[in-house]
Order: sequence, then structure tokens, then C-alpha cells
Amino acid sequence: MAPKQKKKSSRRKKSPKPILAASEDMEPVNMESMGHPEIYPLVLTTKTQEIFNCRIDEDITDEQPYKLINKEDIFEDLRNRAAVSDFHPVKKIVQEYPGNELLLVYDKDFKYGLNFYLIGTEEGKENYLNPPEVSEEQEEYKEYIPEDVYIYKPPVSKPWVSLGSEKEIEEASVTESTKQITYMISRKRSEFGAPIKFSDQNASSVKDAYIECTAYPDKNFTLKQLEKDVGMQVIPQIKDISTQTKWTYPKNATTQYYPREFSEEEKETLKQSKPLVDFLNNASISVEIALQQNEITNTFIDDWKHLAEEEGTFGDKTDTHLKEYQSFTDLHSPTEKMITCVSWHPTIYGLIAVSVAVRLSFEDRVHFSGKLLLQPSLILFWSFSDPIHPQLMLESPDDIFCFKFCPSDPNIIAGGCINGQIVMWDITTHADRIENVKAGGSRSKKATLKPMFLLEPESNKEAMYIRHCAVSSIENGHKKVITDIHWLSDTFEINRMGSVFENRSGICCQLVTCSHNMFWDIRPQKPLTPQTTEKKKEENIEIPFDVPSTFLHLDLSWKPLTKVRLSKGETSLDHCPTKISLKEDHLLCKTQDKVLAQSKTAKAEEMNPYHNLESGMPNLLKPIDDFCTKFFVGTEEGEVIYTDWKMEKDPETGRLMPKKPVSLHTIHDGIVHTIQRSPFYDDIILTVGGWNVAIWKESVMTGPLLQSCCAPKRYTSGHWSLTRPGVFYIGREDGYIDIWDLLEKTHEPAQSQNICITMITCIKPWIFSSKQQFIAIADYYGTLHILEIPWTLSRPSTNEMTSINHYFEREVKHLEYVEQRKKIREQEKKEMEQEMAKKKVKIYQKSKEQMEAELKMDYESYLELEKTVLINLGLIKVTEKGSYSDVM
Amino acid sequence: MNEWTNTDREPDPLPSSLPGPTAPGLGEPQAEVEETLKRIQSHKGVIGTMVVNAEGIPIRTTLDNSTTVQYAGLLHHLTMKAKSTVRDIDPQNDLTFLRIRSKKHEIMVAPDKEYLLIVIQNPCE
Repeated sequence: MAPKQKKKSSRRKKSPKPILAASEDMEPVNMESMGHPEIYPLVLTTKTQEIFNCRIDEDITDEQPYKLINKEDIFEDLRNRAAVSDFHPVKKIVQEYPGNELLLVYDKDFKYGLNFYLIGTEEGKENYLNPPEVSEEQEEYKEYIPEDVYIYKPPVSKPWVSLGSEKEIEEASVTESTKQITYMISRKRSEFGAPIKFSDQNASSVKDAYIECTAYPDKNFTLKQLEKDVGMQVIPQIKDISTQTKWTYPKNATTQYYPREFSEEEKETLKQSKPLVDFLNNASISVEIALQQNEITNTFIDDWKHLAEEEGTFGDKTDTHLKEYQSFTDLHSPTEKMITCVSWHPTIYGLIAVSVAVRLSFEDRVHFSGKLLLQPSLILFWSFSDPIHPQLMLESPDDIFCFKFCPSDPNIIAGGCINGQIVMWDITTHADRIENVKAGGSRSKKATLKPMFLLEPESNKEAMYIRHCAVSSIENGHKKVITDIHWLSDTFEINRMGSVFENRSGICCQLVTCSHNMFWDIRPQKPLTPQTTEKKKEENIEIPFDVPSTFLHLDLSWKPLTKVRLSKGETSLDHCPTKISLKEDHLLCKTQDKVLAQSKTAKAEEMNPYHNLESGMPNLLKPIDDFCTKFFVGTEEGEVIYTDWKMEKDPETGRLMPKKPVSLHTIHDGIVHTIQRSPFYDDIILTVGGWNVAIWKESVMTGPLLQSCCAPKRYTSGHWSLTRPGVFYIGREDGYIDIWDLLEKTHEPAQSQNICITMITCIKPWIFSSKQQFIAIADYYGTLHILEIPWTLSRPSTNEMTSINHYFEREVKHLEYVEQRKKIREQEKKEMEQEMAKKKVKIYQKSKEQMEAELKMDYESYLELEKTVLINLGLIKVTEKGSYSDVM
Repeated sequence: MNEWTNTDREPDPLPSSLPGPTAPGLGEPQAEVEETLKRIQSHKGVIGTMVVNAEGIPIRTTLDNSTTVQYAGLLHHLTMKAKSTVRDIDPQNDLTFLRIRSKKHEIMVAPDKEYLLIVIQNPCE
């Protein structure tokens, strides 16, 4: 009961409840203080609830939170369970209850403190069942009002009721739990204040001097860490080092030094010093041993390696024939033409130019001269991409027999005519047309190659006709056909005397032609003659007028710079040169001097120097002194002449005369039509003419190094191979080409191949790349054959050059030997003749007497002989023989 | 081999062994030096000969000055290096002759305490 009451007191703030002592006979507590004196809160246990069928939420619900319970039931329960019964506290009320049924209300909200309450009066019951709501509220309000007014009651002393506070006091008070022990310590008074002595004492020595509480690892308190969370990271090994450095930045530094040297005197003194002598004596021994070792044999030679040829060959090694690649024929020409000269374009791949001439003899030419005038003579430009239509056609006044591209500018072409004129073309404006020629689509390409004026429909199918821009003067030029034309190298130039000067302009500006050997300069001469080209232009109407004015200054007024005549000695006849070979032709193949090349390139960036030619100033140019002005000439009669073009003053007449030829040899039986220097050796010359071939060396004037024997067919053209030093090609009059290989055979060609059915007129090989070499062969019927040179013929073998060199040296030696032998033979011959002469002289010196005596003796011996013969014949008797013999 | 070279060199009279002629001293060693060098130079394939002192300064040469100076400087260093190499390996050893064979020629160096004789030869034909 007490906790129940306490609970009530704690919940109710407003109403302090008197705490009753816990007794069985206590007054049931009612809610009088709350204004409900009839309400008696109750706690009903589950058991009680089951007994009285007032189980919460089953019998007693929210709608009907009350139950009417009979009095007798309560009494019965009281009797059954006595103190345990829940109704025990309200037993009295129940006993006094007037009615029969008591109202038991479920106090769900614990409004009155407990989960049930009992209405103790009938009125209350009635009120509850039929509650007048308003009145209850009023009663609640009424309850608060009286509390505000406090009625003072003087305190009446009552017997002290222990409410448990003394317990608290008891708990809070401090009492002695145990009896305190008292100690009394006494000491003599005199001992107080005595000086104190402290001394050290080792604690461990005296037992019980100290008490310690040693620390020990108490297992109770040791924690074994079973888990540990650790973070790790892998880093590369690093090392920190620091030093102090000085920052240096790169800067240019130069050092100029000269080596220490001894002066001459010092050298002399040293030379005489003994140590040097001794040293040399000792050292030279070992040095000479080493030198001799090297001379004996080269110990480092890999014989195996040297046995084999060079790197792997391209294609079949056994294939040595020239393979036909392409051939070009001009199908549009009305008459039969022959090709006179062939030249590859120096820079453009696949472009080759041929000069064609009418295939008529001299008489026929005269006969048909009228017709020939109407037909243009042409140089055709063929390209590999278009075998039917020539790319360009250069026109000339007459048939061209030789022409050359200018080495410094491939757009300038110089050609020699049959009538002795030199013709010059400038195709700079058309250069781009021929440069970009590509394969295929000839018709469409022709559209772009159309000339400027589109009026002429037939020009679609024809190539461009380009007119020449200059011809030489007829009166001053050659009288015969020009058979050879060369551009002089741009490293030098020639003046009127024939002496050589350096060429400052850096371009090839001089020509030499061969019919009488004239030198021509393409620059304007000092007195500029008025132009006569307008007249010429008016003559030719159908040809386009865009002729460049490059050489207008030369047109028709071009005179040769100088002439070189080859006189035949005392007679007034001249040699008729057909071909020449100048020394500098070889230089053109080689690289030029760097300075000149630079100046050349600088000039090329400016406008074309050929458009801006100025006359030469030989006075200001530096003469080149040691230039070799000699050259080889081949003549119509088959002679090879080595002569000088420099003029010298004839002491007798005071005129300028050409020098006499240095050497003259008649080797060939026909016209010499090829003189060519080898591209590898600048003093080896090949001459082809008549029925044989000869190779010459420039310094050896006794004769040719090699002279072939008569061939079955005439040789009509020849050319060195451009890559193999010992190979040259000779064309025959029956359409065969002979390939000579000096390493194989020197007495006959190595191989012979048929190209066409007619005479070969020109052979020109050309290198396109290291793997591709072509040879252009022109024949008498006007067809140009392009053949591919096989690997074996184009690739030089190892040491080929040295081998050929050796061969030529041997030949030179042979010639020298022959010369010497000749001399010796002559000597011997002389000696023999002398002896013979001496012998004859001896006979005459004998005196007459001796002669008579000899005669007599002869006569007597004759008689003797006669006798023996007669005896043998039996005409004289034997007996007489003795007397005769006695006389003898 | 020794005999061979000895016979080659037989006709040289040493100045000290000769009694008599009045001027052996000054002229002879000089002539001898010249003669030795000429003999070496006349061997087949020899391009140049030079005598260099211990510091690399040329004393006598048959080549032009710039080439000589270059060869002398470079070969002097190389000889020193070769000598020190040989002696490092075996201190009782010493460099007697150095031959450098290259693609184009062979350089022979005969070292001495004070001088160096350098010969350049082209062994192949």
C-alpha cells in the first residue's frame, strides 16, 4: 500500500496527499481531494480481472469502460483471497455500500492513479452512468478556487511523526566506526634539538629498511592486442643528398692555339745530337721490319670476301642482252627521214630529243630542194609516256645534223645545220609543258599542251612547233655541214686569240662547232647590229609568234669569235674535221668548283641569265694560264689529230696562225664519226671510224693504245658506257650493236646484238637511276629505239676501274716498249748496215798486187779443179796427174 | 729477319769506329739521320715519315706542316697511353712498337725515351 500511495503523491502536484501509515485497517482512499469522494481507485490484477470478467480490452472496452459487480461476488472474493484480494482496501466501502451492484470503472488513463476505480456511492454510480457533464467541469473549476485562498491555521503541535528523515540524518552523519587508538611517544628532553646526522644506507642491505611494491606485469591487466590496424605505402627507394653547386650556363668559348714548333736552328742542333742518332738507328730497325712485312703480304685481307663479287645482283646475272623498252617513230612525216643526232634531256626523266633529216643523197637533195623547203626540219622531243606524239617540235631552217642542250640551262638548245648555220632555240616558255608529262591520256594532255591561241583546231593533235630564235650569219659561218657542236664549259671562256680566260658569268656561253672548227660566243658582240628579226617573222605566218627574244641579238648576224683552221702543212688544203673532243667535256660530268656552283645557284635564283646576256669583257677577266688548249679532231679521211686551238704568231708573216698539230695519225679507213673521252678517265679517248676502233691516251702520241682489227661491217657510231669503265658500244651499218668489254676481250666485241635492220646512226646511253639505265639507238630509217641496259652491263665490278687503269698502263708500256724496240731495231739495223758498209769498204782497200796474187791463186785452183773433173770424166789419163800435182 | 735487315744496312760506317778523316763529327750524324730517313721513306708505299720529340714537337718530317703537327700531337698522346697501359699491366714490361692499321694506311710508331719515329705506309697496292 505504501508504494501505491507514494505513487499517488508523486503524480499529484496540486494536491498534497496525507500519507497514511500502512495498515490493514486503513481507510480506503478516495478521491475526495479531487472532488470525487465517491471514487476509490483500485488495482485489479489479472486474476481478479478474470474472476470478475472485467478483463481489460475484452470485457471492458473503451465504449463500456465500466462493469457492474455484485456485492456478493466481491465478498466472496474477499473471503477467498482475504488480504490478497484486490478489493481489500475498499472492503469497508463495499460493506457499507447500500446498493447491490457496484460500479467498477476502468481507468485507462490512470486519472486517479490506478487502473480501476470503484464508485462508492449510488449517486456516483448514477452520475457516472448518466453523467451530467457540465456539472463535472464546474466541479473541477471549483476545486482550484479554494486553493488560492489560504486559511491560516496556527500550528498545533502534534506528536512527531517520523517520516523517515531521521534515517537520512543517520546516513549522512559521520560516526566513528572503530575506536581510535592513541599512541603516546615520549623522549628525553635533552635529545631534542641535537644535531642530526644523515647518512646513506643502501636500502637493499638492510632488511626491512624499505618496503616496496614492485611493479609486476599483472596478467589481469595485460591486454593482448589481437588486431592492429596499420596503414602502409610502398615508395621507391629515395635518397636525399644535397650539395652546393655553382650554376654554370652554356656559353660559347673559343680557343685559338698554334702548335709548338722548333725553329730551324733548333732542329739542326737536335739533328746532330747523339741521342737522336742512336734512337734512329735503333728505331729504324723495327720500322723497317714492319715495312717489309707489309710489303710482303697484306695480313688483313679477307681472301674469301675478295673472291666474291659485290652485293647481290638485281635480276638475272646471266642476262646480258639489251632489252627493248620502247621505240619512237615519227609517223606524220611525209618523207622518209633518218635520225642524225640523239640527246637525252639532262634533267627531265624520260625525255629524249632527236634530230631528223631527210634521207636523201646530195644529188637528190638538190633535185628535190623545192619540196624540201616546204617541209620543216625538226627536232622532236619524245617522252616515254607518249610513243606516238612528240611533245615538242623544234623547227629549224634546214636539216639539223647535230645539236646539244646547254649544260647550264637545259632550255637552250644549239644545233648545227646542214647548210652550215648554227641554230639556237629557247624553250623556256614551253618548259613546263614538257616537264609535267605523265603517262596515259594523250588526248587529254594534248588539250593542255595547246598553244595560246585556240583558233586552230588541228593543233589539238599536233605538238607544239617552236621556232628557232637565232641562226648564225650565213656569210661568216661554215660552208659545209656542221658535224659537231659542243658547249664550252662554264668555267672558262675564250677570247679572239684563243687564250683562255676564266668565265665569270657562271654559265655556258660559248660554243665550238666543227666544220672548220670555229668558236662561237652567244653573247652580243660589242657593236650591236640592228635587229633583222622582224623581217624573218613576217615571212613565216603560220607559226606562233611567241618566240623568245633571247638571242635576237644574234639572229642572222652571229659571227664566230674565232676560227681554227687545220692546215695540212705545206699545202693549202685543210683537214676536214668531223668531230672534236675537248678536254673540258669531261669536266662537265664532274662536280664543279664550289664557289662557282654557289655563284651559279645565286644566279639561277635571279632571272634566267640567258635572257640577260652581256658581252664578254676579256680584258678584265683573269686568264687561266695552265689550261690545256689542245684537243682531238677526227677528220673525214680517217685521221686523228691532236692539236691546239691557241693562235700563235707566225714569225715570218706576223699573222696569227694556228699552231701545227701535235700529232697526226691515220688509223681509220673512213670518216671518223666518233671521238669521245671516257667518262672515267679524262685522257682516254675512243675513236670510231671506218672499220675499226681505236683507243688513245692523251699524253701518249706514238699511237693508239688499242686498235681493233678490221671488222666485217663498217662501224657507224660509238659511245662509252657511262658506268663501266671498260665497256663501250659500237653500232654497225647492218643494225647490230657491238658491246666491247675490255676486261673480257680486247680483240673483238664481247657480244653483238641486233637492234634493227638498218644502219645505226647514233648511240646514247643514259643513267636514270642506279637500277635503270637506258641506251638510245637511232637508226637510218628514222626510228629511235630505247633499250634497257642489263645489270651486268651497267654495274661495274669491283676494282674495274683499277683493272682498266692497269690495262691502259700496260698498253702504254707496251707502246713504249714498242717504241724502244723500234729504236733498238733501228739501231740494230743501222749497225748492221754499217757493218755491211764496212765490209764493202774493206774489200776496196786491198792493193792491186794482192788482188793479182789472189786472182792467180784462184786461177790455179781453178785449173786444179778442171783437171780433177777431167780425170773423173776419163778424158785425161791418170799418169799425167802426178806431174800436175807436183807442180801444184 | 734480323740478319736480313742487317745486311740491308751493312754499308753504313759508324763515325766512331773510323779513324782518320778529318771531319767525322758534325757532318756524319746529320748525314746519317738524313740517310736513314731517306731509306725509310723510299720503301714501297710509305706516305710520310716524321721524327717527333718527347713533347710531341716535330723535328723532322716529310709531310706538310699542318699534317705533321696533327699527327705528332695525336700520336704522342696515344703512344703515352699505350705505354702506360703496358706498364700498368706489367711494370717490368715496356712498349717497343706501336702499329695502327686502318682502312687506308698503317701508322707505325717506334717510341723511345726522348723521341718518336712515326711512319705512315699504305700497305695495299
